[in-house]
Amino acid sequence: MNWIQIGKLEDIPRQGARTVTTPHGEIAVFRTIDDQVFALNNRCPHKNGPLAQGIVHGHRVTCPLHSWVISLENGEAVAPDTGCAHRYNVKLEHGELLLQLPDKK
Amino acid sequence: MAIKKTRLVVIGNGMAGIRTVEELIKMSPDEYDITVFGAEPQPNYNRILLSPVLSGEMTFQETVLNDWGWYQENHITLHTGKPVTKIHRKQCVVSTDDGLSAPYDRLLIATGSIPFMLPVPGIDLPGVVAYRSIQDVEAMLAAAQTGKRAVVIGGGLLGLEAANGLSLRGMEVSVVHINDWLMERQLDKAGGDLLTAELRKRGLNFYLTHQTEAILGEQHVTGLRFKNGLEIDADLVVMTVGIRPSIALAKSAGIYCERGIVVNDTMQTFDPKIYSVGECVQHRGQTYGLVAPLFEQAKVAANHLAEFGRMRYEGSLVSTKLKVTGIDLFSAGDFHAAEGDEELLLQDTSRGVYKKLILRDNRLRGAVMYGDTVDGPWYFQMLRDGTDVSEFREHILFGQAHLGDSGRSGAASVMNMADSAEICGCNGINKGMIVKAIIEKKLFTIEEVRAHTKASSSCGSCTGLVEALLANTLGGDYSASPNKKPMCPCTELSHDDVRAAISKHSLESMPQLMQTLNWKTPDGCASCRPALNFYLLAAAPDTYQDDSHSRFINERVHANIQKDGTYSVIPRIWGGVTSPAELRAIADIADKYEVPTVKFTGGQRLDLLGVTKENLPKMWGDLVAAGFVSGHAYGKALRTVKTCVGSEWCRFGTQDSTGLGIQMEKETWGSWTPHKFKIAVSGCPRNCAEATIKDFGVVCVDSGYELHVGGNGGIKVRVTDFLCKVSTEAEVLEYCGAFMQLYREDAHYLERTAPWIERTGLTHIKQRVVDDASMRAELYARFLQSQTSAQIDPWKARAEGKDAAEYVPLMAVAEMAN
Repeated sequence: MNWIQIGKLEDIPRQGARTVTTPHGEIAVFRTIDDQVFALNNRCPHKNGPLAQGIVHGHRVTCPLHSWVISLENGEAVAPDTGCAHRYNVKLEHGELLLQLPDKK
Repeated sequence: MAIKKTRLVVIGNGMAGIRTVEELIKMSPDEYDITVFGAEPQPNYNRILLSPVLSGEMTFQETVLNDWGWYQENHITLHTGKPVTKIHRKQCVVSTDDGLSAPYDRLLIATGSIPFMLPVPGIDLPGVVAYRSIQDVEAMLAAAQTGKRAVVIGGGLLGLEAANGLSLRGMEVSVVHINDWLMERQLDKAGGDLLTAELRKRGLNFYLTHQTEAILGEQHVTGLRFKNGLEIDADLVVMTVGIRPSIALAKSAGIYCERGIVVNDTMQTFDPKIYSVGECVQHRGQTYGLVAPLFEQAKVAANHLAEFGRMRYEGSLVSTKLKVTGIDLFSAGDFHAAEGDEELLLQDTSRGVYKKLILRDNRLRGAVMYGDTVDGPWYFQMLRDGTDVSEFREHILFGQAHLGDSGRSGAASVMNMADSAEICGCNGINKGMIVKAIIEKKLFTIEEVRAHTKASSSCGSCTGLVEALLANTLGGDYSASPNKKPMCPCTELSHDDVRAAISKHSLESMPQLMQTLNWKTPDGCASCRPALNFYLLAAAPDTYQDDSHSRFINERVHANIQKDGTYSVIPRIWGGVTSPAELRAIADIADKYEVPTVKFTGGQRLDLLGVTKENLPKMWGDLVAAGFVSGHAYGKALRTVKTCVGSEWCRFGTQDSTGLGIQMEKETWGSWTPHKFKIAVSGCPRNCAEATIKDFGVVCVDSGYELHVGGNGGIKVRVTDFLCKVSTEAEVLEYCGAFMQLYREDAHYLERTAPWIERTGLTHIKQRVVDDASMRAELYARFLQSQTSAQIDPWKARAEGKDAAEYVPLMAVAEMAN
């Protein structure tokens, strides 16, 4: 597993998201109202909607395609929907955002 | 951890008390140490489902709302079978007869009601029961095992349900009623007679206008005698002549009571530490015996116990439905016509259908329906909203023919539909799934059904059907959403409340709004944020700082997201009139960005589909260079102005519809509206531009311009209402701007002009836009003022670099290090 520098906290708008393209696919990195960061696979478990384009509220994002609500903390869809978007570790160190990616296969 | 919590004691373990506790825990989970005293030995169960238990359609276990585990999980101390007998208000302690006591900081009295027993000889004999609790049901069931003849005294809602249940259990049942028709509080005589006839067919006997003088028997009831001397046999007597608020305890503690415990609009009694909810309460002179008002009261009481201090209970309108399988009966409001009221009647004896509506000033005051009640929720909604029905008065008795629509119009009754019938087309939810969720998850409101099944949570066109399912599944106590609907679960405030608060407190930003109005969530949700952003913008168009992260993606990036995450781009083509040069430019741009699909839209322009997000600003730059601006095809905004060729070419054209359409589009483009807004101008009454299904339609005639409003295609096609006729193009522009401004200032977010007009009435709009010239001028002036800051092309701004980060990835990780 590798920690990769992807930018600074200020690069992501509050209540917004940016994407990182990786060999594992597109990853959405979210910044919430309380300046926490979360990373999920940028595909809604429902119909692959780009979660980074959704409205971020609390620690959740609403998918722009069919309004599924996904928890940023664990990637799980909020009931009554079920499904999970893969979650990645992301952390903030000295103002730098670090995203953890699995090694190349 | 040693912080001492505030102590809340609840007297009454029934539906109202426990609902309050549930609401309180939702709002403020850790504020209180809660102790509940219940007189009955059971946990909280759904009293309104006693009739199905009696008739054998349900088991008691299915009616339990909160099982023992629920109390444990929420750390609630529960004492069942322990009626509180004393409230010591000075010491703030309650106690029971067997020595239990509990101190309180706040007390909630939810003692409910007690059945009224006629003061006649023999009332205490074994075999005489009330119909109030599960114990009563058990007593009736035991009697049904041994006895044969049952007599129910009181032909109201409850009495008939009891009679029906006992009859299904094999007893011979007679109903005694003092009035000359049944359910006189819910039905007029005609409806009552139909009901009596139907119930007679089912084997019930009736003694109408009979008054009981004595109940007969030595060891056990054997019969009863009427005042006219007639005697009948009975092995079981069920007394259902009415209920009385249970106020003895409160009274003994010196709490002010009249018929019930008197409370104010915050559900507080005369003792400020003591609140009260439910059937024991008297609010603004009214007492309530149905569950819907109790739940509204519970919400308000919980809000104040949680010290949010925002809500007021302002009384409820109630509707009634008889829970006797196979009998459709619905009533709401006041259905005895008073002076000045009008009565609309429909009576179809062979079909067994009877409907009566009472109108005053073209607003519904009451409704009685028998035989066909599918429109009950619709009438009830209009009654609560005070909808002006003058526009569709001639059809109103025939019901909301397009109920739920989507090709389902005329579905005789939602209960006749098969379980597999799809109700919510957006989410693929069928009837069986909804009914199952209502029963199993014990749902009472449309919001709860949405949360558990998603039905009616997307486009909303099936809301009527889902409400009908709720009403039919739950019976009369279906908690129809209260008059004021909260705009979303983040608040108790309605759309109107929020708009009023914005202007009252001069709110200028979303954080300020959420703080001032006690939003329950830190930063709202995907449903309230776009609405608030619009309301703040509409209130202060010149100064409000638009919050792009509270806009849906399409409005944030000024393009329409597609199913694969690409976007569609639609440049504005004024009035649908273009030129070879424009078409060439579009063709070149489509080639350059390898646009996979180019399609004509329904609004007379070209849609370039399949554009990646990264390419959007570059493409816009090229479009702007060729003279185009954004078409706002993605926004809750002015979309297109559709036109026909009009007098310039058409041999039938009466006016220059294209020229007028272009002028209108130049004046209105860029404006944000509560929902999308479409305009069309037809050059003659043949109406080739389909102006009569647009939000604002102009139909040119020889002598001027007919203006039409409130139409739309889409889910529920609606033809416009005629607004007025004007004679000049300048007037068309003024009326259009004024109408749009009124819509922007008045409608709820995501409410198109059609439902807005249906909700507020065409008269409301005519008064402001047509009749009052100065108000029209003011609306128009405000519209033009807001356009000065709105008509800035968002594409040009972004092509020049605005929000650049929005369109590119944060980073591309090309290769993984090993």
